[in-house]
Amino acid sequence: MKIVVLVKQVPDTYGERILDPATGLVDRSGSDAVIDEIDERALEVALSYKDAHKDAEVVVLSMGSAAVTVGLRKGLAMGADSAVHVLDSALRGADVGWTSTVLAAALTATGFDLVIAGNESTDGGGGVVPAMVAERLGVPPITYLESVQISDDEVAGERGTGQGKLRVHAALPAVISITERLPEARFPKFKGIMSAKKKPFTVLSLEDLGIDPAVTFAGVGRSVVLQTTKRPARASGKKIVDEGNAGVELADFLVAGHLI
Amino acid sequence: MSNILALIEVSHHGDLADSTPSLLAAAAKLGTPVAVVVTVPGAGSALVEKLGQLGAAQVYLAQSEQVGTFLVTPQVDALALAMSTFNPGAILTVNSVEGRDVAARLAARIDAGLVIDAVDLRSEGPSIVATHSVFGGAYTVESTVQGGRAIVTVRQGAIEGQADAAVPVVTTVSLESDTGRSAVIDEVIDNVVVSARPPLRGASTVVSGGRGLGSQEKFALVERLADALGAAVGASRAAVDAGFVSQASQVGQTGVTVSPQLYVALGISGAIQHRAGMQTAKTIVAINKDADAPIFDIADFGIVGDVFTVVPQLIEAIESRSKK
Ligand SMILES: Cc1cc2nc3c(=O)[nH]c(=O)nc-3n(C[C@H](O)[C@H](O)[C@H](O)COP(=O)(O)OP(=O)(O)OC[C@H]3O[C@@H](n4cnc5c(N)ncnc54)[C@H](O)[C@@H]3O)c2cc1C
Ligand SMILES: Cc1cc2nc3c(=O)[nH]c(=O)nc-3n(C[C@H](O)[C@H](O)[C@H](O)COP(=O)(O)OP(=O)(O)OC[C@H]3O[C@@H](n4cnc5c(N)ncnc54)[C@H](O)[C@@H]3O)c2cc1C
Repeated sequence: MKIVVLVKQVPDTYGERILDPATGLVDRSGSDAVIDEIDERALEVALSYKDAHKDAEVVVLSMGSAAVTVGLRKGLAMGADSAVHVLDSALRGADVGWTSTVLAAALTATGFDLVIAGNESTDGGGGVVPAMVAERLGVPPITYLESVQISDDEVAGERGTGQGKLRVHAALPAVISITERLPEARFPKFKGIMSAKKKPFTVLSLEDLGIDPAVTFAGVGRSVVLQTTKRPARASGKKIVDEGNAGVELADFLVAGHLI
Repeated sequence: MSNILALIEVSHHGDLADSTPSLLAAAAKLGTPVAVVVTVPGAGSALVEKLGQLGAAQVYLAQSEQVGTFLVTPQVDALALAMSTFNPGAILTVNSVEGRDVAARLAARIDAGLVIDAVDLRSEGPSIVATHSVFGGAYTVESTVQGGRAIVTVRQGAIEGQADAAVPVVTTVSLESDTGRSAVIDEVIDNVVVSARPPLRGASTVVSGGRGLGSQEKFALVERLADALGAAVGASRAAVDAGFVSQASQVGQTGVTVSPQLYVALGISGAIQHRAGMQTAKTIVAINKDADAPIFDIADFGIVGDVFTVVPQLIEAIESRSKK
């Protein structure tokens, strides 16, 4: 079983996240870059399968700037067997169409039985890349899984919808995305950090993947940002310390504001 | 005016999703709304009249025995088929789990540009300009699609107003999808809790509880205040993780984004990821024991105090007022 986990580098959500007003792109110098928490959970799904199936192979794959190296090394330290980094300056400002095309090409190059992604990134938050990748690869997607069971030839699980849950399965090869209902990821151990340095780490350019943007993306609709405006920060209002009457004072405040 | 396809969501009981009026209103802002409805054979015609009242000038009923058995694929194929009939200026889906899946797969299939989570839409000449509310409303971004067709996922309920009612022209087609590329639905598990409270998304008042509530039993206090205010119940991720309340109630970065008239945060510290889901509320009220909790930085009315003494008093004050 070869499992490829898609990991995206994002600005740390604990810091202030900044959009560059000129380009509408995430200002990646403004905050620490980390592997998206949801992608660490996706990796955990793969690694816990590998815990029980020693012959499984786990690859971490990312498309992104040079800073991604740190995140992929962390993935190796947690227990992935190898890493693939698609790095190319032509990919700056890639939309979901470009991103999914590039990831699909990289997955064709690495080969896979199962691809595991996060349901939504915490920066773009599109929640569409995994399904787009699956469509391009011609394999079934199952997105937003809240539980996952992997067998030799099938992946199954439960997925939340607006009205309830669906139990679904798909034959392998397949692409799945998982939600934060799945467990938090393990921490890298010292031994893992040491052995990570010796694990295969491949860097691929668009040329290596046979992609020439001028040809591959000719006639393809592209999402572009026209304008970015920052909203004024919210100011704080009145703050009182409860001295036995705060509930009544709050009710008065709500009445005065016509909120009840 | 160009045709605008709108993929209507239908529950597995055959009802129109709550997002339908807003989606058709969005389509009407851009052109002539064409409602695309994908059901098992025979189930769609009951929806036509209602779709007309909501503004659909045309209804495209795609029927497939595979609906409910094969995940998402019949909907993708139906839209692809409708495209060849209507040559639409844009294709809209709801920004739900299913709507995004359909939009994603169709965009990849037809090389369209994808505009995600639009909160407003307008035409500018031949292009479509979408407004997005990004990072919990910290930024407003406008985007468009260049060089190809546009598929847009529209945030549930974000676009208000209603399209003019019409008597729709109905087209019925049958389709059968290639199942090799599809996941299979084994079972549908309905939401067991049918709540009398308003749904979280779109509610005008939300009362949320955090880890500070301490237990599932004590979380009932949040529900009591919600009922006194006619509000929806929300929660922090910590409260969801602790099992006080179901995941559907989570507000924040990775939960639901709400923008109510009144948001009441009980025992919630106000982590940046929580604020990302509620900071555009008109009025924010916070009750927290810790005077330094970051939730107070954005609260219009903050109370440093214990929720277990302040909230019962508040409920009593509200109830005695309504008795007057
Ligand atoms: C605020 C904002 C709004 C945007 N709006 C749009 C828009 O409307 N239309 C549009 O086309 N683009 C948009 N983008 C650009 C888009 O975010 C990028 O194209 C991004 O590379 C992929 O989209 P996502 O982060 O939304 O992915 P999602 O679909 O949310 O990602 C889900 C999962 O896919 C995998 N994945 C995603 N990207 C990568 C990667 N680079 N490497 C490895 N795995 C990955 C991860 O497992 C991730 O958890 C927007 C970006 C920002 C910051
Ligand atoms: C990628 C990522 C995504 C995330 N997404 C979300 C999200 O969508 N939504 C979300 O909420 N969080 C999210 N989080 C988690 C977030 O960082 C916080 O951990 C979480 O919001 C904390 O919840 P809380 O405020 O209930 O708990 P805590 O931070 O533990 O706060 C509890 C508060 O209760 C107060 N308190 C305790 N007892 C009482 C009492 N009797 N009366 C009054 N006050 C009392 C305490 O003073 C404290 O301030 C995310 C984190 C990450 C990394």
